[in-house]
Amino acid sequence: MRSQRSTRLAIAAGAVALALGATGCSGGSGDADDGSVELSIYIDSTESSVAIFDGIIEAYKDVEPDVTITTETHPAGGEGDNLVKTRLATGEMNDLFFYNSGSLFQALNPDQTLVDLSDEDWAGSLLDDFVTTVSTDSGLYGAPVGASFAGAVTYSKTVYADLGLEIPTTWDEFMANNETIKAAGIDPIAQTYGDTWTSQLFVLGDFYNVSAADPDWAQKFTDNETRFAEEPAVAGFEHQQEAFDAGYFNEDFASATYDDGVRMIVEGTAAHYPMLTGNVASAIGANYPDADQTVGVFPLPSDDAANNGLTVWMPNGLYIPKGTEGETLEAAKDLLEWIASPAGCDVIGASSTLGGPYVVDGCELPDDVPAIVSDMQPYFDEGRTGLALEFVSPVKGPALEQITVEVGSGIRDAQDGAALYDEDVKKQAQQLGLEGW
Amino acid sequence: MSTATKTIAPRKRERSRIKSPYPTWFYIPAGVFYLVLFLVPTGASLYFALTRWSIFDVEFIGIDNFVQFFQEPSLVKGFVNTFFYAFVTSGLKVVLGLLLGVLLTSQIIARGFLRSVVFFPVLVSTIGVGVTFKVLLDPFDGLLNGALATIGIEGPGWLTDPAWALFSVALVDVWKGVGLATLIYIAGIVAIPQEYYEAARVDGASGFQNFRFITLPLSRPATVTVIILSLIGGLRSFDLIWTMTRGGPGFTSDVIASVIYKQYQAGFYGLSTAGNVVLIVVVAAIVVPVSIWLNRKGAEA
Repeated sequence: MRSQRSTRLAIAAGAVALALGATGCSGGSGDADDGSVELSIYIDSTESSVAIFDGIIEAYKDVEPDVTITTETHPAGGEGDNLVKTRLATGEMNDLFFYNSGSLFQALNPDQTLVDLSDEDWAGSLLDDFVTTVSTDSGLYGAPVGASFAGAVTYSKTVYADLGLEIPTTWDEFMANNETIKAAGIDPIAQTYGDTWTSQLFVLGDFYNVSAADPDWAQKFTDNETRFAEEPAVAGFEHQQEAFDAGYFNEDFASATYDDGVRMIVEGTAAHYPMLTGNVASAIGANYPDADQTVGVFPLPSDDAANNGLTVWMPNGLYIPKGTEGETLEAAKDLLEWIASPAGCDVIGASSTLGGPYVVDGCELPDDVPAIVSDMQPYFDEGRTGLALEFVSPVKGPALEQITVEVGSGIRDAQDGAALYDEDVKKQAQQLGLEGW
Repeated sequence: MSTATKTIAPRKRERSRIKSPYPTWFYIPAGVFYLVLFLVPTGASLYFALTRWSIFDVEFIGIDNFVQFFQEPSLVKGFVNTFFYAFVTSGLKVVLGLLLGVLLTSQIIARGFLRSVVFFPVLVSTIGVGVTFKVLLDPFDGLLNGALATIGIEGPGWLTDPAWALFSVALVDVWKGVGLATLIYIAGIVAIPQEYYEAARVDGASGFQNFRFITLPLSRPATVTVIILSLIGGLRSFDLIWTMTRGGPGFTSDVIASVIYKQYQAGFYGLSTAGNVVLIVVVAAIVVPVSIWLNRKGAEA
């Protein structure tokens, strides 16, 4: 008798423990009765993101005194991707979150997890290029935070002036410039494989040239009808190998970091650094304010001088997950409306040095932009810009940075590296469940 | 230990006849934990290894993940590197641990202090060791190459040269782990009865002969322990490699665990689950024969 009751007790205790475990995690910010609303935003922990949101929080206090905004940070990169996806899937996401547009956004299953914003007034004022990167067939889900930027060759104007060099429009001219620079005792190209992601620019920044040679390339790539190991896309890998073979990299390319690369370009100890202008501009704004007119930018050249344009990246978006409801949802939508307005653009521009034009109608860059941004303007004015591959195709292999480190260090040749990347891409396409893979 | 084995062994045979001394409910808490924390995840991972899953949905694809995993170009490299790493660290720990063990059991000044110094790196966090050595081994600003430069040697890029990267990490692993090997050897050597050495002295044996014919063979149990511990440690090595090189430059210092980790990070959940199943099988294929062999040796002894 006694032991039977104990058995029942033990089972009951176990059941209670399980039930507690299952229901223990539910939450979200509640709405207070006095009309004040609290908004929590999930952002990545990079310096420029934190600076932008600090600026937004400070300025929004005056716009909506009843709304209190807080941020919660997660690490950038793959780990952050996992955290965002997990929170979305479990319904634990904050009231809003800040995340990449383009292929990473598509991987979030937006139709099922995010609030459609296509009926908002501001949706019509966004640049079409940006709209496609935060939309699916059935809705628009994000407002832009920040500005567009380019993946291109940042260069030292001081070195170019001292050596009397011209901006190259073909790969051969670029290599001829490098020869002159090397003869003058300056490192022609800065490479910084201590931060592996910086190795990808020869390939990613070359995409304007790829789509100039074949306008349908991105669609064919998504449908598994063309490959990186073939012309014209293999050129990016080949150029990186040629530059390494010619000995144009800084001596410590294998261990140098991104910060070293920016410093070399600013100090003129290296002449070129293929990089994202958004990152370089914010680094210059934060650390080298005197250098804002000495670092310029030109597109990665191709073999054809007639095709010479910038590969452009779109800013990250701010999204609202489906779990945000009621007053909180209204407050979140109001915040997005303000961010996608000229007032919001100005606050963002004041919080961080931007690396390119805004993507909202009516938002203008200030007159005193760094040279790295004003150098880009002619390409935008003449329409010689194209979106990077990650915004026109959902397929992006995760191992590209290791592969380009190998190609750029002479461990693997260009053809082999491109073929290996095709294998990597295949896994991603299958994981996404695309047709034809 | 041996008395415990003796008392348990007969009870095993009696269990079929005599009723268990514990009531059934006594087993339930442990049983529930075992079921929820071990059996269910193991079963689930076997199933998910056969699917392409994300947090949102699951698609059953049969053995495609395993096919793809074995086609992975970095996988062969990962296996070779794992075995190289396990072999190098385990071999060096045996040799250095034995020599240090002999040194630290001899009559030298400040023996206790020196023993603690050798053991100290074992207590430091692996991540801390990795970060510190990454700075020390920097090819241009690092302390090691700076020191080599003063005597006219140009050191290689320890962690950035593909030929050196994995070996450098293995050496750091040995530095960190040799203290434990030394401790095991000290215990083994101290346990050798002094009578053998006295008899050898009467026969006029030299110091080297003492080592070769007494210390070396009689510290065999310590050698076996050190080999097993460092081999298992080497096969599942991940944290030190990830901290120091992230498998780089490129894929040149990838081991199996870092290949699987990168697949998981990339969102190829099904593929990395399949990788873990393969890893379980491989580790079992190595550890089971070794443990059977060791148990037989133990019974003979």
